[in-house]
Amino acid sequence: MWNARCYEALSIESMEFLNNKFFLIAATFIFYIGAQLLQRRTGVKLLNPILLAIAAMICFLLLAGIDYKTYQAGGEYIDFWLKPAVVALGLPLYKQLSTIRKQLLPLLLSELAGCVAGIVSVVLLAKLFGASHEVIMSLAPKAVTTPIAMEISSAVGGIPSLTAAVVVCTGIFGGMAGFRIVKLSRIKSPIAQGLSIGTAAHAVGTSAAMERSERYGAFSSLGLTLNGLFTALLSPFILHLIGVY
Amino acid sequence: MILQFGLILLFLAVGEFIVWLTGIPVPSSIIGMLLLASSLKAGIVKPRHVERLSNFLVHNLGFFFVPAGVGLMNCLGLISAEWLPIVVASVGSTVVIIAVTGWVHRIVRKSFSRHRGAAEAKGDVERQVL
Repeated sequence: MWNARCYEALSIESMEFLNNKFFLIAATFIFYIGAQLLQRRTGVKLLNPILLAIAAMICFLLLAGIDYKTYQAGGEYIDFWLKPAVVALGLPLYKQLSTIRKQLLPLLLSELAGCVAGIVSVVLLAKLFGASHEVIMSLAPKAVTTPIAMEISSAVGGIPSLTAAVVVCTGIFGGMAGFRIVKLSRIKSPIAQGLSIGTAAHAVGTSAAMERSERYGAFSSLGLTLNGLFTALLSPFILHLIGVY
Repeated sequence: MILQFGLILLFLAVGEFIVWLTGIPVPSSIIGMLLLASSLKAGIVKPRHVERLSNFLVHNLGFFFVPAGVGLMNCLGLISAEWLPIVVASVGSTVVIIAVTGWVHRIVRKSFSRHRGAAEAKGDVERQVL
């Protein structure tokens, strides 16, 4: 009798313990490390650690019946480092300043073109395949880094949490396929390669570019910066011009 | 290491302050990044002051996106209803952005160096070195 009650209390308590934020933070690390190991062992590029960790975490939370809000009590401590990490990109950027100054005009013009092409293409494609208005608005800023994208999304009537998820997935796709796409598009200069990956796939693409070399990474972070600025400033105007906002 | 954390967070704080003061629609982190790059350029901060933490953060950027990605679980219903346009538009537009950015960069750079002549052709040599 006592034993049974004790067991019951223990099992309820251990389920409740799953809501502990330190446990949830540790679990995020463990899933990520496990995913990294899996990718290294198998050598399969498609097993992206970010993607796997997200999928594993979602499955775990759904199975354990933990909602996203509870998870974010721990997750926000990891989220927190996104902003300092973007600040830290100032160092690789500084190292490429002289090249940037030499190429200011090509860099600015190609960024402007990439920004406009990105917003127009995502809106038109989503419309063509029958997305609802709020989904279209949520997708519009998907190429830029999460804080900017979420802000634009809510400003134009999208769903910020959907935007955040799509931004992360776009980044993962751009990081995984980016170098293949530049090859297929016959973009040869490393500057243009880094720049376009950063423009399309923000910080996640930049970390993939950083793995190649610091130089790719620096131009990728320039791409994410300029596209972030242009998108923040121009997207309401562009959306208005193509008649959806 | 404390200095490194302090400096990075200080630049972020200044970025936050600028956003708070002016209300511009640019994230504080991007302003902080530009300030860090210009302070390094001006010599106020030396690369070795921020190098260790910067390298760590920059090389592990992807990990910090995991919690935001987990947010997907909040819109599973919407995604299962409209997964096709979402996937096609995101993937298609990512390809478009990469191609357009790269192509325009090449075109502008070519016409640019034609005007500037041999001095700019140096850039192509440097491209080969990479």
